[in-house]
Amino acid sequence: MSVSTVSKDQFKQFVEALIRSDQRVVGVQQRNDRFVFDDLATADALRLDYDVTILSPRKYILPQKEPLLQFAAGESYTPVHEGAPMVLLGVHPYDMASINQMDQLFSQDEYDSHYMNRRQHITVIACDVVTPSENVFAASMGTATVEKGYDMLLTDIGDAYVVQAATDKGKALTNLMPQARPASEADLDKCRAVQEQNQQKLNQHVLECKPSYLPKLLEKNYEHPVWEEKARLCYSCGSCNQVCPTCYCFDVQDEVNWDLKSGTRYRAWDGCLLEDFATVAGDHNFRKNRSDRFRHRLYRKGKYVPGKIDGQIACVGCGRCITACTSNIANPVDVYNQLMKRTDIG
Amino acid sequence: MCECCVSNEKDIYLPQPATITKRRMLNGTELFLHLELDGGKELEYMPGQFVEVSLAGIGEAPISISSSPTQKGLELVIRNVGTLTRAIHKLQVGDKLGVRGPYGSTYPVEQAKGKDLVFICGGIGLVPQRSFIRYVLDHRDSYGKVTVLIGTKCFEMRLFREELAMWEERRDMRVMETIDEAHDCWSGNVGVVTTLIPKIEKDLPGSLVSICGPPVMYKFVLMALAEVDVPQDSTFVNLERKMKCGVGKCGHCQINQYYVCQEGPVFRYSDLAHVPEAI
Ligand SMILES: Cc1cc2nc3c(=O)[nH]c(=O)nc-3n(C[C@H](O)[C@H](O)[C@H](O)COP(=O)(O)OP(=O)(O)OC[C@H]3O[C@@H](n4cnc5c(N)ncnc54)[C@H](O)[C@@H]3O)c2cc1C
Ligand code: SF4
Ligand code: SF4
Ligand code: FES
Repeated sequence: MSVSTVSKDQFKQFVEALIRSDQRVVGVQQRNDRFVFDDLATADALRLDYDVTILSPRKYILPQKEPLLQFAAGESYTPVHEGAPMVLLGVHPYDMASINQMDQLFSQDEYDSHYMNRRQHITVIACDVVTPSENVFAASMGTATVEKGYDMLLTDIGDAYVVQAATDKGKALTNLMPQARPASEADLDKCRAVQEQNQQKLNQHVLECKPSYLPKLLEKNYEHPVWEEKARLCYSCGSCNQVCPTCYCFDVQDEVNWDLKSGTRYRAWDGCLLEDFATVAGDHNFRKNRSDRFRHRLYRKGKYVPGKIDGQIACVGCGRCITACTSNIANPVDVYNQLMKRTDIG
Repeated sequence: MCECCVSNEKDIYLPQPATITKRRMLNGTELFLHLELDGGKELEYMPGQFVEVSLAGIGEAPISISSSPTQKGLELVIRNVGTLTRAIHKLQVGDKLGVRGPYGSTYPVEQAKGKDLVFICGGIGLVPQRSFIRYVLDHRDSYGKVTVLIGTKCFEMRLFREELAMWEERRDMRVMETIDEAHDCWSGNVGVVTTLIPKIEKDLPGSLVSICGPPVMYKFVLMALAEVDVPQDSTFVNLERKMKCGVGKCGHCQINQYYVCQEGPVFRYSDLAHVPEAI
């Protein structure tokens, strides 16, 4: 790993150079009073001091709608792989953690070449959080800082950024930062201080157990009044799924061209809170009750997906679902803490 | 596109073209198809597995394999319930459809060797069980007694009538059928499939039991088996769930910690008995 320091002015020049390069550059920008990832037109538009984005960078890694295959008459199918070089600029550590989980989920067992092709074309420039959002609880989930997955990590130390280039792709980018100087001991101290602070500060909702207890906690509480208490107010709108960086369930649909023969098979985001997610022929719904679906989401985050990825909890504490839920019931910490109150987890 | 990380052969969503070589209606709603993969390829599958069947422009559906790997080609039975299945019903011999797979777990064909076998089938549940039964009949000496219980809603819905008649004539297997509602042309048993269970009660405890049918059937059959002390670890169930990808990614088929498309559709009942939502 090479660690350097660039002043904020020099960093701006770096972003301008990136935008002029032949890669697509997507960065965090302000829209009204909130923040989004979008194509970056100027370095001035980039806001690395943002708190949280409305949608996570998942929208570039597993797009809302993505072609898988093209088909033509006679059942002839051709795979579509859309990946084109892209730089994702300003990914927070909790979102990086969610991308790392998806990388594992889509590459293990059955290798998903569509996801992996797109992912391999993306260069991630992560940045440590400057402004905690109103609902972030990454510190409770161990994702306030992140050690891997990014190509480059930026830490704001006041008038400069400490820049860690972690991969070959990241190191290649440092060529666009000719004025960068090796980070001094003092810079590194400041960088560590920011990270240590974030491990305390990014904690607006405090989980009362270690995340590693969650699978056990859930195992004991399948039948618990909290599921029904909360789900009573659920609209099954699926907003909590839409905004979540670790939700990756999808639907598959065909769209036919004007010739009525050729067309495209797409995958599109789906959500387990939506009423028909588990409905099969004969209108049999395997999770008919709202409380079944509400519980399923939290079990997936806290138990099922962890079972596939070496125990990592599939909630990274971004807090987006808390903000998105108009009924104010989606907060995972609130549910887990209520379960804690009445459970001896030994 | 970058060729290094993309290879068509490994594309998990890519169907292979197959051609319909035989087709006939088994009853008013169930279509039987015999398919051959284009290019003379054979699908390497085992009883219990399923394929994703595709029609370009319409979509895909998981469909159980009804043939046995001991025979050539691939046999499917498709019930007309919706958009894709309706379109498949319109296809004729010589038409093509897409197939990918095989996917999912298999019936315990090895573990069952030397054991007495009981198959309990409700309605379209006979379709995947037929794969296992035919496999057993093609390796008849390796297995003990074979008993097949079949329940169908009404006389007109009975599947594979000629084949059942042939099975009934065999001396090395026992077939018992029932229909839910009495019918003028039917002189056999009347009642749901569980009413056949007392008739074979004494054979059940030592047997390996394989069950497949509509979601409502499992509870009643499993209760009846519990009464005669059939161990849960020698009982196998074949579960249907909504599926989209078939390869453990899309999340639709999940029952608690299990992905039915990968760990199922065939499960040992003892692995599920304590899993909520499963049965
Ligand atoms: C492992 C497995 C094996 C199966 N084997 C067979 C078989 O051998 N023969 C057979 O006829 N059917 C089988 N099915 C069911 C079959 O997949 C559905 O009937 C089919 O997907 C319906 O598609 P459609 O487009 O015609 O219906 P749609 O127009 O999509 O919908 C009609 C109805 O079917 C439901 N449905 C949609 N998708 C599915 C799905 N993937 N699984 C179940 N229901 C769904 C809808 O909710 C709706 O109620 C199997 C299902 C599974 C999971
Ligand atoms: S956002 Fe809230 S109301 Fe909407 S589905 Fe999720 S929990 Fe239910
Ligand atoms: S469950 Fe909520 S807090 Fe956790 S990662 Fe998803 S959106 Fe963020
Ligand atoms: S069908 Fe997609 S995960 Fe099982």
